[in-house]
Amino acid sequence: MCTMIVQQVKIEGSGKKETGWFTLKEANVSYDHPFNAPFEHALNIDFVNEAQGPGARVAVELSAEAALALVEAIQAVLKTAEERDQIV
Amino acid sequence: MYTTDNYEGMIAETVTIQGTNHDTINAYFARPLGPGPFPAMVIIHHMPGWDEWYKEATRKFAYYGYAALAPNLYFRAGHGTPEDVAAKIRAEGGVADDQVMGDLEGAARHLLSLPYVNGKVGVFGTCSGGRQAFLAGCRLDVFDAVVDCWGGRVVMAPEDLTPKYPVSPINYTADLSAPLLGIFGNEDHGPTAEQVNQHEEELKKHGKDYEFHRYDDAGHGFFYHHRPAYRQAQAMDGWEKVFAFLEKNLK
Repeated sequence: MCTMIVQQVKIEGSGKKETGWFTLKEANVSYDHPFNAPFEHALNIDFVNEAQGPGARVAVELSAEAALALVEAIQAVLKTAEERDQIV
Repeated sequence: MYTTDNYEGMIAETVTIQGTNHDTINAYFARPLGPGPFPAMVIIHHMPGWDEWYKEATRKFAYYGYAALAPNLYFRAGHGTPEDVAAKIRAEGGVADDQVMGDLEGAARHLLSLPYVNGKVGVFGTCSGGRQAFLAGCRLDVFDAVVDCWGGRVVMAPEDLTPKYPVSPINYTADLSAPLLGIFGNEDHGPTAEQVNQHEEELKKHGKDYEFHRYDDAGHGFFYHHRPAYRQAQAMDGWEKVFAFLEKNLK
């Protein structure tokens, strides 16, 4: 817990872990030590369902640059979908 | 010093101890076989959790002759893989300092109750555990030696203080009641070299017994042999400093 930079957002969707799909309820976004990515700090996103315990988690650990690129890609895709009237 | 004609043996296992508010928590315990007397160590795991590296480190202390106990500071978060549990704690913004102090005191008292412990107990931690080790040396009167390895957020800005972390640890420096060893990498971003300077100035101001060792070409976590941050020469020298310090203060 060396930066303590963390936010939680409520989400709807599904995530897939080793044992199969589960319902996602929250996403925890932090900029702190990753477990695996080869950086001192990373942009970590844990897609979780807190009610199902610590193991209900799909994790990604990204460099700051990769995270920003991901944000841009998500926004661009959603913008296109909106322009095509696909978001209902 | 170990020679190949020495007898050696060790037991390492999960045990339960009493932590804050007499809560039962689990802990990993490693000790040399034999009647002792052995000095004792409380081993504080880092932010990534009560993980394999910390179990290895606990056994390393036992290999060097210490009864070493690593409490699971994330016990109350539930159980799963160490990473999943640590991720839950990360999302919660960490563990409150008061709760950690109670768990560390419980671990120390547990060790001191054992018939083969020599009556002395030190504390070792890295990363968040380094910070907590320093805090424990200041807030608890049970430790005889403190090892802080790259503890981040010993120096905290007022805007970073929260109910879980209500006081910047550096403000407790006057209360430090045991010799302190600090191990730091000069390329670390938390603590920065400037923050280590601030901490050292505070220790000097209060006339504390301390030694700091700072390593070039080393950042955060340079003892972690499973991470890119590992620095072989600096880590080997750092471990030597740790065990020389403990030998002097606990044996």
